[in-house]
Order: sequence, then C-alpha cells, then structure tokens
Amino acid sequence: MIINHPLLGPRDAQEFTYLGDAGLMNRPYWLSETALQQFHDYLYLRENPAGEHRELWFHEQGDRSWLVVTRNTVTHEILKVELARDVALAQKAANLVQEPSQ
Amino acid sequence: MRYSALGLIKEALTGHKGWRPQWRDVAPQSHYDYVIIGGGGHGLATAYYLAKVFGAARIAVLEKGWIGGGNVGRNTTIIRSNYLLDGNEPFYEFSLKLWENLEQDLNYNAMVSQRGILNLVHTDAQRDAARRRGNAMILNGSDAELLDTDGVRAMYPFLNFYDARFPIKGGLLHRRGGTVRHDAVAWGYARGADMRGVDIIQNCEVTGLRIEGGKVQGVETSRGYIGAGKVGVSVAGNSSRVMALAGMRLPIESHVLQAFVSEGLKPFIPGVITYGAGHFYCSQSDKGGLVFGGDIDMYNSYAQRGNLPVVEDVVESGMSLIPALGRARLLRSWGGIMDMSMDGSPFIDRTDIEGLYFNGGWCYGGFKATPAAGYCFAHLLKTDRPHETATAYRLDRFMSGHMIDEKGQGAQPNLH
Ligand SMILES: Cc1cc2nc3c(=O)[nH]c(=O)nc-3n(C[C@H](O)[C@H](O)[C@H](O)COP(=O)(O)OP(=O)(O)OC[C@H]3O[C@@H](n4cnc5c(N)ncnc54)[C@H](O)[C@@H]3O)c2cc1C
Repeated sequence: MIINHPLLGPRDAQEFTYLGDAGLMNRPYWLSETALQQFHDYLYLRENPAGEHRELWFHEQGDRSWLVVTRNTVTHEILKVELARDVALAQKAANLVQEPSQ
Repeated sequence: MRYSALGLIKEALTGHKGWRPQWRDVAPQSHYDYVIIGGGGHGLATAYYLAKVFGAARIAVLEKGWIGGGNVGRNTTIIRSNYLLDGNEPFYEFSLKLWENLEQDLNYNAMVSQRGILNLVHTDAQRDAARRRGNAMILNGSDAELLDTDGVRAMYPFLNFYDARFPIKGGLLHRRGGTVRHDAVAWGYARGADMRGVDIIQNCEVTGLRIEGGKVQGVETSRGYIGAGKVGVSVAGNSSRVMALAGMRLPIESHVLQAFVSEGLKPFIPGVITYGAGHFYCSQSDKGGLVFGGDIDMYNSYAQRGNLPVVEDVVESGMSLIPALGRARLLRSWGGIMDMSMDGSPFIDRTDIEGLYFNGGWCYGGFKATPAAGYCFAHLLKTDRPHETATAYRLDRFMSGHMIDEKGQGAQPNLH
C-alpha cells in the first residue's frame, strides 16, 4: 500500500506503524459522570467496519507525524490522507462553535 | 453417507458412480429451536454437540458461502494445549482431549497427528518464560518438556543454531500438540451433525436479526426469514458485522493473516517448529508441502488476501531459522480474516439480548479450539450457563478487569 503523505508525498506503508480506529483521538472527558463506561468503550470497543475506515498511522520511519488515513478495508484502497493534527484542530474549532460555553 | 472397505471395493469395480454427498442439501424451514450463524468449524461443531451431547432438536446451521470456505479451510492446522493463564489452559486442554478422541467420535478420518510442537528459545529470559509456561501446562494436565540446545539438535539438526544474534538455546516441547487435516474437520462435523438431523444450509447469508421486546425472534437471510428460539453467532472474522445487526459493538478488530505452502518435498520436518526470534512457524503436510506462516498484516482488513511486505518478512524469518528453506519453491499463499480481540483471548457468552449468544474473538488460534468451542457453545446455548472450562470468556471482562492477556500486550489487537 502507498500512503500519500500530505507533506512528503507518496510513501510506502512499510514506513508507518498502525494504531487503529481514528476514534482513539477523541479521549472521553475524565471527570464526566459516566467516565468509567466511556473509557471502557473508548479503549475496548470498535466499529470495525467492512468498507470505509478512518484510522491512525504513525510515520515512524519518516517525519514521525500522525496521519488520519481513510481506507477501504475490503479493497485496501486509500481514499484520503490528512495530518492528525489538522483533523484535531478542525474538530476543536467545530466544537467551540457548537458549544461556546466549554 | 457411510463408508466401509466393502463399499470402497464395490465402488472401485463399478466406476465410482455410487458416492453420495456427505450431508443433505436442504431448504430452510420456517422455524428452528436453534439457529447457528456461520458454518465454519465452530458453528458445525456447536450443532454437532448440541444434537449429540445435549439432546437438542430442530437445529440449523446457516452459512453464507460453502462449508469449509472460511478460516476452517484456510488455517495452518496446528492444534496444541500450551497456554499459560488459568482462564485459557483448562479450556485448551479440554479441546486437545476432544481432538484425541475426535476420529472415533465422528467415525471419520481427520488425520489427527500428534507430531509434537517445539517452541524455540533464544535468550535466558525466553527460557525462563518457557519453563514457567511449561509448569502451568503440566499443572493443568497438559505435557511439556524443556529441551537444551543438544535436545533440539537431536530433533532438528538442520536449524540455524549459531546465528550471531539469535542462537538457539533450547525449546519447550509439547509432544501431544500437532496437526489435523482442517477440511476433514469441517466435513466430519458437518456429516455428523447432518446424520443427527441438523439442517446445514449453504449460500444463506444472515442479513438481519429480528429482535422484539429485548428478545431475538429470528433471522433475516438471503433465503428469507427464519424464526428461531435461540441464535448462536459463530462467524469468526465477520463477528463485528453480524453483531452490529443487533446494535452491538465488540472488543474486536478484523485483520488478515496469511499462510504459505511450498512444493512437495521428501519428509524433512517431522513436527511443528515455532521460531522465538521472529514471527515464523512451520510444519510439513503429509503431501510433503512445507506449511508455514507468520505475522498478521497489522491493519484492519476484510480482504481475504494480504500484502507483499508480510510475505517478505515471513520468508526472511523462515530463512534465518531454516536456511535450507531457500531451496524450496513457494506454491501458494492465501489469507483469512481473523477476529482479533482486545486481549488476544476469545468470547463464549450470552448477550443482553435474550436468546442471542456469541462465540468469537479467536484471533489466529481458533482452529485448535474447534471441538471445545463447539462443545462449550452448545453447553451455553442449551443450559444458559458457561461450561466449566469456559467461564472466563465473557464479553464484560474488560469492564470488570478480568482480561486474559497471555502476552501482556494491552488493548492493541494487532500485537496479540
Ligand atoms: C492463515 C491462517 C492460519 C491459521 N492457523 C491456525 C493454526 O495453525 N491453529 C489454530 O488453532 N488456528 C489457526 N487459525 C485460526 C482459525 O482458522 C480460526 O480461528 C477458526 O477457524 C475460526 O473459526 P471457524 O472455523 O468457525 O471460522 P470460519 O471457517 O471462518 O467460519 C465462519 C463462517 O461464518 C460465515 N459467515 C460470516 N458471516 C455470515 C453471515 N452473515 N451469514 C452466514 N454466515 C456467515 C463465513 O462464511 C464462514 O464460513 C488460522 C487462520 C488463518 C486465516
């Protein structure tokens, strides 16, 4: 598989290590009333879809950036590659607009 | 279909025209007491023991493809009872005991061959871990012997003993482990279940679960709706997809594991060898092919094929352990989808939905579990209580803190 790194261009997937579902970026709030259940679900339960999957790859043999790769788990086709940092910042901005009180 | 020496002679003389299918091809009925989803080794064994041991009737096995097309026909056929932890070892020992009597029980030649498994060690720390695991095995009624370098050399003189980085320092030998003809296991259980009245329905994909008032009513399939008293799900790599039909998320990721077979060679490797310094294991089939495998491909996958980097890695590991491997030509390689769980151990459990039961999370090691998984799942389906060797395989163990993590890797399924 070739991962088209947003900064470095096409790189062999062998340069990366794989973590898993990109949902792992969204840690639950540790003081929430239901933190125990939320952390259980966050740590252990997975969507595990057959088809499009957003997942975290780490460019260990390269620039050591985290990427969010959207990949089809049935065909292995890579549909989209983003810097995880950009994804996280965009999410934060969206959350601020939605919930200005937090 | 039954077989005998007399029948064979008769068929040989009359042009082999009288052989009949080993199980009936039936259309689904409108309702069953027990519906098993998935006609792999586990699903078929479950139906067999439900009918034979637990006296259940009106059982159907629904298989979306054909019998033997899933992991039961794709694995590298190794059976063993060599686990460390209390939640696991009694179960695998029970399974190995069922294997030892399987052919008599099924009256079917599954080529169960207890040719011994040798786990090589290359460091002092690995030797300590092997000794500890060996003791745990013996405490649970299994067998284990710690060999030194000379002991290994006597068995396998052709290994690369003097590798500068990973010299072979000995190994843990489990003599009752071995290999089994995997297809014959599927066929034997299918035939045995069929003879006890189980309907085996192929080309029948389950596409929905009908649940009303918190209770399962039946299954939607590509061949119409089928009512069910109880539904047992046993679909290996597709576990998350099928349980999603009931709105459940599982502690499972699906990954692809590859396997390889070489051209046929003269007898060379009498048992099973596992490398301790890289991901590689090897045995030789009765046809002469070297059957070997290694790591999973590391990323989520539902494609029943892997990629080339893992092929290279497995073959490199193989060459560093058995240099002579380089002279053999590779005939075939293939992949299967593993239901990798969050602690590397399986589930045989009820769900919050009445009448819905789950068996899965077997990772790359569910073939050896086939008889016991079938037996224990049947026990649970019939009695609503776990079998005594399978009490730890609960879906809620991550919440209660009772993980069964043999390697201590944590919640990272691709490392188990
Ligand atoms: C390359 C490889 C090597 C392995 N080596 C070993 C080994 O040496 N030792 C060992 O112990 N284990 C090994 N395993 C693991 C072992 O093969 C599996 O854990 C085990 O076979 C899984 O149980 P099963 O036989 O029931 O699975 P399967 O045979 O996969 O059965 C599941 C069935 O469910 C069906 N299904 C899925 N979805 C649906 C649906 N919606 N409706 C109806 N049916 C459905 C599938 O078509 C499939 O036939 C290996 C696996 C692989 C891929």
